[in-house]
Amino acid sequence: MSAETNASSERSTGTLPQGEAVRQNVAQRQRRGRVWEVVLFASTVVGIVILVMLAFNIVNDAFGGIAVQSVVEEEDLTDGRRLEDLSQPELIAILEANLRSRVLRNLERERPLAERDEGELIDIINQEIIKPEVVAIYPLSEFLFNRAAIEAELAEAFPRAELQFKSWLNWNFIVSPMSSNPTQAGIRTAILGTLFLLLLTVLIAFPLGIGAAIYLEEYNADKPFDERSPVGRWLNRTIQRAAGLIETNIYNLSGVPSIIYGILGLAIFVRALEPFTSGAIFGATEGVTANGRTILSAALTMSLLVLPVVIIASQEAIRAVPSSLRQASYGLGATKWQTVWKIVLPNALPGILTGTILAISRAIGETAPLIVIGASTFIVTDPDGLFSKFTVLPLQIYNWTSRPQEEFRAIAAAAIIVLLILLLSLNAAAIMLRNYLRSKRIST
Amino acid sequence: MTSATYDTKYAIETRNMHIYYGAFRAVKDVSFGIERNKITALIGPSGCGKSTVLRSFNRMNDLIPGARTEGEVLYHGQNLYAPDVDAVQVRREIGMVFQKPNPFPKSIYDNIAYGPRINGWKGSKAEMDELVERALRGAALWDEVKDDLKKSGLALSGGQQQRLCIARALAVEPEMILMDEPCSALDPISTLKIEELMFELRQNYTIVIVTHNMQQAARASDYTAFFLMDKDDRAGQLIEYDTTSNIFQNPKDKRTEEYISGRFG
Repeated sequence: MSAETNASSERSTGTLPQGEAVRQNVAQRQRRGRVWEVVLFASTVVGIVILVMLAFNIVNDAFGGIAVQSVVEEEDLTDGRRLEDLSQPELIAILEANLRSRVLRNLERERPLAERDEGELIDIINQEIIKPEVVAIYPLSEFLFNRAAIEAELAEAFPRAELQFKSWLNWNFIVSPMSSNPTQAGIRTAILGTLFLLLLTVLIAFPLGIGAAIYLEEYNADKPFDERSPVGRWLNRTIQRAAGLIETNIYNLSGVPSIIYGILGLAIFVRALEPFTSGAIFGATEGVTANGRTILSAALTMSLLVLPVVIIASQEAIRAVPSSLRQASYGLGATKWQTVWKIVLPNALPGILTGTILAISRAIGETAPLIVIGASTFIVTDPDGLFSKFTVLPLQIYNWTSRPQEEFRAIAAAAIIVLLILLLSLNAAAIMLRNYLRSKRIST
Repeated sequence: MTSATYDTKYAIETRNMHIYYGAFRAVKDVSFGIERNKITALIGPSGCGKSTVLRSFNRMNDLIPGARTEGEVLYHGQNLYAPDVDAVQVRREIGMVFQKPNPFPKSIYDNIAYGPRINGWKGSKAEMDELVERALRGAALWDEVKDDLKKSGLALSGGQQQRLCIARALAVEPEMILMDEPCSALDPISTLKIEELMFELRQNYTIVIVTHNMQQAARASDYTAFFLMDKDDRAGQLIEYDTTSNIFQNPKDKRTEEYISGRFG
């Protein structure tokens, strides 16, 4: 009986590899690990490749060649001399010979030609007579590697055209307002709109989000009413249930598609609160034209959009503050608020800032809700107040990519580069701020 | 504090104290008094409720959701759990040192100054410097840190950090100091320093210490209370309370004798 039990228990323990089998077993396990390593490496490579393709695509469009052809060639006007070498009377003579009398009269009325210096006259000749026109544009890759074909094609179609390198991303592009002419169009209004919108969103969403996070994390468990009376118990329970409901649904809210926030913003901020968001009740006359489709409405909508993420990030940062620090503070006779304000918040701040700045930087790229609430797609005036009309970078890009002309595609790519630089610098600022605050708190 | 007061010769006296975590009774029917200007050690195996009892003395249990204390905890004859008593004021007068050193991530100076500042301290910069020095001297840490008060409290060694926490507690001038296993995370030399410090502090403060270390209780306390979990309802209860020499040399209860001789726990 006992011998049988022994034998069966020996069988049930199985066997571990012995001798040579150990070496094989280890080698096999190592091989399996290496396969996974390769798989993981491959997925990283795929990610990098996609990133490189994206960057190439944008750069390819934002830089490249343009073929410029003038209505009249400079050499034909000046008998082969350069405009810069001509004297003022000679320049005036060229203008008088080539411009229609009505145009000349207009110029004279503005300011007599004789009073203008050479530079100004050359500008007029360039604009009115030579009139350089972009007749064809080529992406960077073609411009660099397919030069001969391009030149052959040009020689046939536009024999007088001149092929030159063009960076669509340049200082003029950044500081010029919107224009229907792609070579003159810029993104000044859009950049200002984006920055203004972000600033307002931060001012609205930060205090609200951090405040809600502090309440949910630090005060939620409190019982503000007297537990001994039935009414107090009922109130406490109700408050806690409501907070619990909110807490679960913050996660759901952060996943709601942004266009739905846009529709909400349209209904509430643009329509229902129009007197407020258009500035009418503050006596802002300009706002009347914007009908509530103002930068204020947009900022409020964007705040709704980022609020759940700000709350979640802040909650996590607050939760990460060790409870031993809270206890130490309470143990010294600190009130709850003193503990929150002097211990919890300073220690949670680096985390709160990183999380919320990343949330805000997502808002930079949001287009859908702004289209819904009626942001302007073509606007040349800078946003100058809460109640002004506005546009933002992604909207401008969206607008340009939907135009048929190739030039717009090029400036859309240039605008994308500006948007990405803005985004990356914001994220970099977030990281530097966090590191600074962290080092300040711990190592001093 | 307006409710009825009782005469008591003790610094703190509990009468029929029960402590609950939700529906679970963690401590039942504890009645004893802590002598003034003495060191009282609370000993017992894990889960016997000694830390819970300690934390009830300055209402730190209030921070745990669902924790509830019944019975009376008398401090200057005043029940600390009377409805009109503010826990903040209790903690202001009864300081606490925790198991793991928990200095704030601030400078040594600011660690000490935090308590006075939040408690409405008024005075000049020079007076605060003096207060900080007094607290650090009181915790026998001044000589080690006087040259770099601007250094982070976290940059100190474990034993120094714990003494910093003691200094921090001293800075608000409490009457009592509760210590929850203050040496369990420290090496023997740091432990010895803390024990020496306790003897000095005894002149001005009443000290209650929870410890797992029997030798520490035997050598560093005047009174000892032995707690044990009731096997039936898992509630901690006070088995025996006497002078430390009586508890260790002449215990009256068989369970106390078994515990201190290392037969269980």
